[in-house]
This record gives sequence, C-alpha cells and structure tokens, in this order.
Amino acid sequence: MKRIYAREDYCLGCRLCEINCFVKHSRSKKIVKAFREERDTIAPAVRVEEEGCVSFALQCRHCDDAPCIEACIAGAMRRDPATGAVVCDEERCVGCWSCVMVCRAGAVLRGKARRVASKCDLCADEGAPVCVEGCPNEALVYEER
Amino acid sequence: MSTKSDDMDERVKHLIIGNSTAAVGAVEGLRRVDREAPVTLLAREPHHTYSRPLISYLLAGEIDDARMHYRPADFYEANRVYARLGVEVERVDAESRVAITTAGMEIPFEKLLIATGGKPFVPPMEGADAVGVFTFTSWDDAKRMAAHIEEADAKRAVVIGGGLIGIKSAEALHARGLEVTMVELADRVLPLALDETASRLAAAAIAEAGVELVCGTTVDRIVAPEGRVEGVALKTGREIACDLVVVAIGVVPETGIVDGSAVETARGIIIDQRCETSVRGIYAAGDVAQGTDALTGESRPIPIFPNAYRQGSVAGANMAGGEATVNSSFAMNSVEVFGLPTISVGLATAEGEGHEVLTRIGEKARTYRRIVLRGSRVVGALSVGDIDRMGIFTGLIRHGIDVSSARELLLSDEFGLVSLPADYRKHVVRGEGIEV
Repeated sequence: MKRIYAREDYCLGCRLCEINCFVKHSRSKKIVKAFREERDTIAPAVRVEEEGCVSFALQCRHCDDAPCIEACIAGAMRRDPATGAVVCDEERCVGCWSCVMVCRAGAVLRGKARRVASKCDLCADEGAPVCVEGCPNEALVYEER
Repeated sequence: MSTKSDDMDERVKHLIIGNSTAAVGAVEGLRRVDREAPVTLLAREPHHTYSRPLISYLLAGEIDDARMHYRPADFYEANRVYARLGVEVERVDAESRVAITTAGMEIPFEKLLIATGGKPFVPPMEGADAVGVFTFTSWDDAKRMAAHIEEADAKRAVVIGGGLIGIKSAEALHARGLEVTMVELADRVLPLALDETASRLAAAAIAEAGVELVCGTTVDRIVAPEGRVEGVALKTGREIACDLVVVAIGVVPETGIVDGSAVETARGIIIDQRCETSVRGIYAAGDVAQGTDALTGESRPIPIFPNAYRQGSVAGANMAGGEATVNSSFAMNSVEVFGLPTISVGLATAEGEGHEVLTRIGEKARTYRRIVLRGSRVVGALSVGDIDRMGIFTGLIRHGIDVSSARELLLSDEFGLVSLPADYRKHVVRGEGIEV
C-alpha cells in the first residue's frame, strides 16, 4: 500500500506538516481561525521528532500487522479494505487506550475534544496527505515501497 | 448434520469451541491462510460474538447493546463460519477426536481450537448464592446486574476485589448512581499492574470519585438471612449494608472440557509457540491457555485481550496449514481508574533481582512513570496520568531492543523514536509486519 515516508536527510524540522495536518482536520480549515479557536480540541496526527541534527515527521504507519487493530476492544480500529489504511471509527471507540498501549510508533493519540483515539487518516478525502503536499523540502513522500 | 458419526468424511475440518476474542482471532487468522476450509464454531452463550471488556461500558450506560458487537453482523457469513450458538461442549475426547455437547451430540473433528476463556473464581463463602450476588465477566452478567438494580432499587454495592474487573464494575455501578465500597485483600488496588506509587494515585482517584476503598481485608460472609443480599461482613468485623455484591476476585482458565483427556493442563491448557497443545491438531488460545511469558520464561496464563487475539490468530493460521508463532507474550493493561488513565506493560512492578528501576513523578498532579530495565533492555513500563506514546515502550519490550544509547532520555519528555537505534526506528517506520 501507499504510505507516507520521511526522508530524514531532507527534513529541516520546520513542522509545517504539523500545521497543515492541524488545519486540514479543523472545522474552519483556516489557519488563523483554527489556531485561535480549535487549538485545544485538535492535535496534529503527525509529529516532528528531533534530536541533535536528526529530525523527521512521524505519523501512523498503517502497519501490516497492526497491533492496534488486534488490541481494540470495541472493533473501532480497523483496516479500510479499499485503501489498506488503518482507520478509527470514532462512533465505536470507547477510549480504553489499548491502541495507545500497543502502538510501537507512539502514533495513536488521545483525542483532545472527544474521548476517542485520534490518528492519521492518510487524508482519505484528498489526493495525497496534506503533510506530504505541504512539505517545503520534499522530506515527506507518499509512495508504495 | 447427523448426531453421531465415526465416518472421517463427516468430521468437521476445523472446530472452534468459544466465541470471544481468541475465537475471532482464530477465524480471521485461519481465513488469511485458507479461504475455503469448512469451519464450525460452538459457543455456550447464545450471543453473536461480542466484546467482553465492553460489559462495564454497557452497564455504565456509555454504550448500547448494538455496540457490544465488535464485529459486523455478517461476521460468520463473511468468513464462512458455521456458528452454532447456545451449544455447550461438555468434554473433548482427544483420542477419538470428538467433542461431546451437554445435549449428548458428538461432533468429530480433524482440528480443534479450544477457546473457552476463563471463569470467575468465587471462593466458598457464606451467602455466595444469595440473590444480588454477581460475577462480572459476561454480557448476561451485565444484564442480570442491571435488572437487579432496577428490581431491587439497589442503592449500595460492595465489590470484592480491587483488580481490573473490580475497578471496572465499581466504576459502572458508580456511574449508575450506586454508592460503592471496594474491598481488596492486598494492601493496594491493582496490585499486579501497579507499584505502590501508581496504586496510591489510583486510590486517590477512587476516593475523589466518592467510592470507598478498603484494603488489607476481605469479605468473610455475605449477609443474606432471607436469601437476598442485605450486606457483607468483613474479616475485620465491620459490616456494610448493601443490596448488591460483585465477586471480582479473579478469573481461572475454563479447562473443564479436557479434564481426563490427553490434553495436558497446569493452571491452563499448556500450549507451545504455535498455540498447539500436547495433542497434535488440538490448539488452545486466550484465557484458557497457558503459554510462556517472554519476560520471565515462566509458563502461565496471561489473560489479556491482545494476547487472546494474537494466540487465536496464530492458532487459526496453523490449523489452516500456515506457519505462525506467538513470539512474545507478556502482561499489559490499559486501565482508566475513575478517569485516571494508567498503562502497565511487562514487568512494570519488578524490582531487585537484576532490575534497574527509573522513576519520575510528573510536575503535573498525578503523573508518574516507571521504567524497568534488565541490562540494556526495557522489560517493564508503567505510566499514570500521562500515558501518551507508551506503546513505544511496548515495542521495545516486545522486540528486546538495546536502549543503551537512549538511556538518559527514557523518562524525558523528549523521548521518542528519534532516541532509538536507527535500524529499529527504520523498522518501525516501514510499517511492515515486525516479527523480530
């Protein structure tokens, strides 16, 4: 399946991916308005990790053996048969955080506004994830490997 | 289907006894290897497969009946499983490879998975059979408890046991407006998952919710002179009036159907890394099974949801002719205690005996982390309050990663995949199945 991959050597650590993810998943879709009004209710599903001169953006890996699907007690975490993406059905999630416990990438978050798991949805409704599209240095690519 | 048959042709190719997490894992694991082979599933309970841990959410009124079904309504049809619900197996004849139901029907099989789960342990206790005394592990338990609360207009409950089930039932009863007292024999709640510090934070959350917690004693007898619960008497002599009692002391493997058979049992049914029992072609998975704890080398049941699914899925794949192994089983629990999230993974409470313990009390109230190392590897991790990204530690424990280079950062806010060896980091990022 197509996944988002980070190219560590290209990442400048500018965190634009975090901002694009945040705005895209906001209600207003407008950067200033979203920042003002929705900062406490949305967290970006991508996070830039940085240590010394190494930095890269990390989001849900949509793992082949997805431990979060196996551990989900509510049947909320499942694989979209069409895209292969791991998606969380927020109407089913009960917020038990088993997915947080088993995600080896630390990429499933607790929702800020609702008690449900929150994670990268690969921007299913877009052609390509906005973190990839907006990366100024092509440090993120969306491809089959 | 004929009721009796010795004819090989009439043998069920794959028989699954049980209908919970391990059975669902088995169906899904089996179907990944073989789309066609006939599968028959027998379940004692009449319900379409449902998620046991959700019963506390149901009793609390957080979810409705429809959400108990954690697989779609067409789960059996879509996976071509012949599900016979409400059929209880009495015993398995391992030699002639026949399952015998309580109604006397004989079902010959080629391959068998035993996924009968666990049963609540109720110690001999005066009044244990009174109206208003419940265990809490099944959907029917939740329904019966809800009905009793209505019918008896229950106002006060005593929960015996301060483990996972005790806390979850106390929470649900509290959410329904009952006054609740929890009684735990150990000196603290969740004694297996939490160390003293973490347990103290959990106790504070329980107290804040207005639930009474009594540790270091247990219920001596249930007071029920008319056959209905009126209260409990503790070993200390104290009596607590109540109209509902939950016995949540523990769960033991439901191994009864292989009693007297060649299938080897200890506390649970003993399985190898392929989830096969001592009898070829007979598998066991989930709370009924006893595999090897990867962190201690000890053979013991690890009755937790993700473990049940993984074992079931491995058993299913092997039944279908695949080659799967459970590489690394160990305890892990994510438990929210009256709003306070906790995650405990591996040997989270270990100390001494070559274990090095790192702890951090957070600046925010009620946050705590504890990392347990053995040499250069993480073998346990515990977090209260701030549980974000705890799965990174679960991955490190599962894959036995050398963390020498990240040692100084393990408790830091900055800790992340970036702190870890580049080859492991790249492994995780690739997102391909990792079975190191």
